[in-house]
Amino acid sequence: MRDFYGVRLATPMMLGTARYPSPAVMAAAFRDSGASVATVSLRREGEGGRAFWDIVRALGIHVLPNTAGCHSAREAITTARMAREYFETDWIKLEVIGDADTLHPDPFGLLEAAEALCADGFKVFPYTTEDQVLAQRLVDAGCRVLMPWGSPIGSGQGLNNPHGLRTLRAAFPDIPLVVDAGLGLPSHAAQAMEMGYDAVLLNTAVAEARDPVAMARAFALAAQAGAIASSAGPMPARDMAQPSTPVIGRAWL
Amino acid sequence: MKIDVNGVTHDVEAATVQDALHALGWGDRRVATALNGTFVPAAVRDGTALSPGDRLEVLTAMQGG
Repeated sequence: MRDFYGVRLATPMMLGTARYPSPAVMAAAFRDSGASVATVSLRREGEGGRAFWDIVRALGIHVLPNTAGCHSAREAITTARMAREYFETDWIKLEVIGDADTLHPDPFGLLEAAEALCADGFKVFPYTTEDQVLAQRLVDAGCRVLMPWGSPIGSGQGLNNPHGLRTLRAAFPDIPLVVDAGLGLPSHAAQAMEMGYDAVLLNTAVAEARDPVAMARAFALAAQAGAIASSAGPMPARDMAQPSTPVIGRAWL
Repeated sequence: MKIDVNGVTHDVEAATVQDALHALGWGDRRVATALNGTFVPAAVRDGTALSPGDRLEVLTAMQGG
């Protein structure tokens, strides 16, 4: 199993903390799914920030702050530095958004920020596309995890480009890969893990389910099933049928 | 002096970022700060001077995906 900057995750599931009906439901979703990483953000100080942070800390799992909403490398770098101090971790989920409607990553801003943050000692988890050349540049910058999107954030469309995701897996055999964003159903998580991905990161599909706690558990089981399937060596797909029952010994009727 | 704090103009008697946090009621609460788009670590808030028109951001933990 590949490790995340020296950390072996107990389960291949990273879960967001936003959009739950209540903090209690959020905590139960984490507990029942066994998610091993919680993503969090920094926002302007209002009421409840400290209380929220206490709940997340009590989960006792790894915390991955994000730079969500940043539209430039400069904003993302400053946010990352603030998050490192506040959350006391050098892990950062690096998001630099290039388009407000699709939340498509800005590849140029992402690379610029990744270079600066890796040089500054951060352990960068870049939210990226399945672009292989960008992925290589991020690795060259010092990223030791890549997080390509499955489909646009919050869309629930699943894996829109399975070919691109498989290509990335083949091109970076030693880098932990996480499908981040766009998962809508547990089967999407299973599909990513069956391709040999190391984890999935999701939020909306769980938080906005009718029963978020049950859905979190369903995703965790699907991710685990996909991981077992991947290590078990899936058969190659064929165009033609091949009978599974032996032909030899068939009766002459 | 007038400075912009989290997008709202405030008239504060404060020479430093640390003074401003106290003047605005944050005291020693756990927050992260940035001045004019640059991170100000907690350890140097006391030595970071404010000027009129500065933009101070005071952030805290929030839900995120």
